Amino acid sequence: MTTVSPELDERFRTAAAASGLLDAAFDVLSDTPVGRLLVGVTDHGVCRIHFDPDPERELESLARQFGPRVLRAAKPVERVKSQLDEYFAGKRRGFEIDWDVRGLPTYNQRVLSKLAQVEYGSTTTYGALAALTGNPRAARAVGTVMNRNPIPIVLPCHRVVGANGKLTGYAGGLDRKELLLRLEGAIL
Amino acid sequence: MIPPFEIFYDVHREEVLRYLNSRLGGQRAEDAFQETFLRALRAYDRLEHAEHLRAWILTIASRIAIDDVRRSRPTDELAEDAIWHEDARPAFEELAPLTDGLPPKERAAVVLRYGYGLGYDEIGGALETSEAAARQAASAGVRRLRKEHA
Repeated sequence: MTTVSPELDERFRTAAAASGLLDAAFDVLSDTPVGRLLVGVTDHGVCRIHFDPDPERELESLARQFGPRVLRAAKPVERVKSQLDEYFAGKRRGFEIDWDVRGLPTYNQRVLSKLAQVEYGSTTTYGALAALTGNPRAARAVGTVMNRNPIPIVLPCHRVVGANGKLTGYAGGLDRKELLLRLEGAIL
Repeated sequence: MIPPFEIFYDVHREEVLRYLNSRLGGQRAEDAFQETFLRALRAYDRLEHAEHLRAWILTIASRIAIDDVRRSRPTDELAEDAIWHEDARPAFEELAPLTDGLPPKERAAVVLRYGYGLGYDEIGGALETSEAAARQAASAGVRRLRKEHA
């Protein structure tokens, strides 16, 4: 009886990542203050952060978007992982990583690039973000873009709140939104 | 849709390693394991459908095992006590080195059929040809071997 040992498995995954053949690599961070996170990266940067991942579904979504060669590999995800660790420990205020939103509609890309400029510890509103992207009346559309943000935390949609100051919604659940804002000192 | 490589790898890795262990054993099997899946990864985005993935990965593994065996021992050493009867299915251990001299398609068909017990439909899929053509390739290979080893 032979089984693939963890060493052999790791060896293959490392070689596969080093070969440059992967369309996307991912890893699951099992122990963060916001629970399990699936993190996906491509050659262009981080492309996915998912709360409470159902890996099989997430992998299929990555495969549809980037190509079928999707494999778990620690190495390509290392940089994102360590920056997330620092962020959760309160030791990092901004992420120095590229992100990959190539597959998204241009409007979403535009909104997300404005979102990326909302600073640590501050909040903005859907309407204000809509105004920054050229149409102050598009608050609802901005809300939809936030809801479909493929890279939460790194692209800080948790910093966008309702005009009345209420947290309103979060794809990862309001508890997480509150936790992240508390961590950043944006709310008490 | 072609499954994400992670799923494909997860489904087939144990069988591929068992197979390579039976052919090569030890460190050589582990090297061949890595080579098998890297080779599959290289071709994976060009697959047109998700059928016959098992036959496909076993074909890759068997080619790598055959090359490894060929590199490591003289070819005629094993030919001597191989016996070819109509219904005899030689153990794969004896079969694979013997088939080195066959044209690639016949060799793959013979190895998959008699060494690994795959159906002709699966072999056809692996070789990107029809079931009938796979059957024909296997029997042509066996005829050729009979002639060579008579």
